Amino acid sequence: MWTFVHKMGSPPWFYRFATIVIRWLLPTVLLALLAGSVWGLLYAPPDFRQGNSYRIIYIHVPAAVVALAGYYVMAIAGLVSLVWKIKMADTAMRAVAPVGAALTFVALVTGAIWGKPTWGAWWVWDARITSMLILFFLYLGVMALFEAYDDKAAAAKACAVLSLVGTVNIPIIYKSVDWWYSLHQPASIKFTGESAIDASMLYPLLLMIGAFYGLFALLVLLNMKAELLGTHRQSAWLRSELR
Amino acid sequence: MHPKRKQRLTLALLVVVLSSAAVGLVSYALRGNINLFYPPADVVAGKAPIDRAIRVGGMVVEGSVQRSEHDLTTRFAVTDYDGVVEVSYTGILPDLFAEGEGVVASGVLAADGSFRATEVLAKHDENYMPPEVAEALQGKAPGTAGYPGKDSG
Repeated sequence: MWTFVHKMGSPPWFYRFATIVIRWLLPTVLLALLAGSVWGLLYAPPDFRQGNSYRIIYIHVPAAVVALAGYYVMAIAGLVSLVWKIKMADTAMRAVAPVGAALTFVALVTGAIWGKPTWGAWWVWDARITSMLILFFLYLGVMALFEAYDDKAAAAKACAVLSLVGTVNIPIIYKSVDWWYSLHQPASIKFTGESAIDASMLYPLLLMIGAFYGLFALLVLLNMKAELLGTHRQSAWLRSELR
Repeated sequence: MHPKRKQRLTLALLVVVLSSAAVGLVSYALRGNINLFYPPADVVAGKAPIDRAIRVGGMVVEGSVQRSEHDLTTRFAVTDYDGVVEVSYTGILPDLFAEGEGVVASGVLAADGSFRATEVLAKHDENYMPPEVAEALQGKAPGTAGYPGKDSG
């Protein structure tokens, strides 16, 4: 276990590991996205109240779920970077931020498109939408902070602190619909007890959530590889790897 | 663990804990402002301000919707099963507006307790099901739509 963790911190080993993982992950993710989209958009039944417009759930919810989970990945990488000073953790933190920002943006935009016909408004300052917007700014903030420093170690330190402080927001987003009166409804998928969403609609949704997790991992690994290509372009191991 | 790393780990965790506590206290102090709307019970109890832009949310009372014959004015009652607020609204209602469903109306509360809405948003619940399943449930379990607030789900 610990040797694996130590190996993860070594750029040459990680580069090779990522290459192998991507080779398997890429077709799996594409297949799952395709299957989930076709199942959700064409074969799942329409909703009794919303008709076909609810189908945007198959993009909106997976994007939002993975945007939240991705923030924890970034914060944990930040913690590792802060405490153990492992450079690969900085790389991981930096690679997660744009992917998370993109997913949050997708969740916000699809939410607005969904909100107009169902609620009657593109945008409402309800607790969940507002906290999701803060999440978007946190991701953008980490990206901007990395660019603001010339010294990479100092940049990583500042970003790690920002992402750790920002973790406060994640449980707020998750529980916002239970803690305050908001326009969002409470969660439909329940870990305990029966979900409030019919099984025929739930299974394609779960597949899409899985596919988005895979997509997130894939994009982060590709980002990390690209970063290693930049920072280690002079190293002998990378030259031999690319030959 | 190396004492230096242990120190840094404690410091990092302290940052997380303290910032969580700070945000927690701030949102506790602002809890009234974070709520998107007042439940009708609070309006009836006089907790909602008069002549100020506020939102009221709850279920549209069955059989309370009256549409004007001359213009787009609609009158309906909103309830959270503890209190009832009369709402009037002139304009186009969202697709999901219906009796027995959730709404959030923004507008101004008059001193006599009536509410003049400038915007009505539909609030749907967490239930998703195919039409056939909904039909099968009809009559068996009235009120599956649930109350649109903290208590449902």
